[in-house]
Amino acid sequence: MSELTIDIDVLRYRPEIDEQPFTQTFSVPYTADMSILEALQYIKDNIDSSVSFRWSCRMAICGSCGMMINGVPKLGCKAFLRDYYPQKVSLEPLANFPIERDLVVVMDDFIKKLEEIKPYLIPEKEKCLSEGAYQQTPEQMAKYKQYSMCINCGLCYAACPQYALDNKFLGPAALALISRYNRDSRDNGEALRMKIVNQEEGVWGCTFVGYCSVVCPKDVDPAAAIQLLKVESSKDYLIGMFKPD
Amino acid sequence: MTKTTEKTYQRSHEPVFWGLFGAGGMLTAFLTPVMILITGLLIPFGLMDSENLSYTKVHGFATTWYGALIVLVLVALPLWHTLHRIFHALHDIGVKRGRDWQQVICYGFAFAVSMFVGTLLLQMS
Amino acid sequence: MSKRKPYTRELPVDWWLKQIFYTKYMIREGTSLLITVYSLILAWGVLRLSQGEGAFNGWLDALQSPLAIILHLLMLIFALYHTVTWFSLAPKAADLWFNGKKIEDKVIVAGHYGAFAVVTIFCLLIITL
Repeated sequence: MSELTIDIDVLRYRPEIDEQPFTQTFSVPYTADMSILEALQYIKDNIDSSVSFRWSCRMAICGSCGMMINGVPKLGCKAFLRDYYPQKVSLEPLANFPIERDLVVVMDDFIKKLEEIKPYLIPEKEKCLSEGAYQQTPEQMAKYKQYSMCINCGLCYAACPQYALDNKFLGPAALALISRYNRDSRDNGEALRMKIVNQEEGVWGCTFVGYCSVVCPKDVDPAAAIQLLKVESSKDYLIGMFKPD
Repeated sequence: MTKTTEKTYQRSHEPVFWGLFGAGGMLTAFLTPVMILITGLLIPFGLMDSENLSYTKVHGFATTWYGALIVLVLVALPLWHTLHRIFHALHDIGVKRGRDWQQVICYGFAFAVSMFVGTLLLQMS
Repeated sequence: MSKRKPYTRELPVDWWLKQIFYTKYMIREGTSLLITVYSLILAWGVLRLSQGEGAFNGWLDALQSPLAIILHLLMLIFALYHTVTWFSLAPKAADLWFNGKKIEDKVIVAGHYGAFAVVTIFCLLIITL
């Protein structure tokens, strides 16, 4: 029985050698259970060991293997050759981020934005350990749980045209993370975070394209988080008109 | 250790325009289709008597205080929705320079038509 | 000395043609062009109304021309696309909870369509009765 193969195009870029990225095609043996990540592993192990890409858990929870697969931001471990075979698969590094090398992108801006929004519980007053743990009803947890599922994979930034048009935009994951903390009943830092949200490059950079929520591998729905933040920001604006700060 | 340079945050005025955009959008979503049916399609297709939109009827309605308000809202509020989208779409298609001017022109247009229609209605009553 | 040289890719001007999702987004935003035209037609109608019966009847007659009808059909199609997309997005701005659970998007969407049907019928009735 002859081996089935599939063609994989990989956008290569070696900063020490190349002026521009270029496409290299690899022919990979195909089986119906292979993921894109496994195809890349095959290429690295058997054809060209210089191909660079990030990966870790192989099960869509670490957020490392984000890339453009036929122009769509996806996790390499969560996309399968069988959904593309026998057509060619085209792999490019995650959009809207500078290319470091091959499929590895510079995530600095993304990380910076996540850190900027005070991603930690800011309680009303410090509790000492003897007071015991925080209590939360199922409803209180349901209010923010969805937004806590973000694995920081960056697919939403690759999907967002507003981030593509203007890197100053805070972006879907950072805004969803703000929502995660604001909506947590243990947190009291909403006022502090609103300053960030109320900016032009905060929540108002979003025009609700909605593609971020479509590509999110964990169904965080950052687009929804952002629209809710727009409502909060509008309320804050109204209050701000009567209370100069 | 406090930072020597604190970032200054500038509050955006978008909420004003977004609020109008939202209200206009709701109105457009619910009412514009039936409005288009009434003004543009039912009469020509013989599904409605043109007497329903007669001068007497419409003028009589538009000269009441509530009628004038309704006409103003039906005509002008959608513009605050559409011009907001047009303003942002200009940025999407790459017209990045002169954003301040684009804002003045887009919202200014909505404002101008609102004033125009409002003035006409006031003068008619 | 570092050999790093991060490469920034240019965003093509026609980025919104590259992916059907983006194209549909631009069409959604584009509905605002024809809806603006419709509002202007109505504003022109108010002007004609203020100028007396003759002028207003002129406006009504102009609306009956074949060109006006085709334009209205186009505007109706775009207005309906606006309505459909608006209703699908509306639940995202809603944060309604009942009995400890979030009210699902599809319930809110269904509510919008229900209200849409009621409003449309109501308007047709008050105009013709």
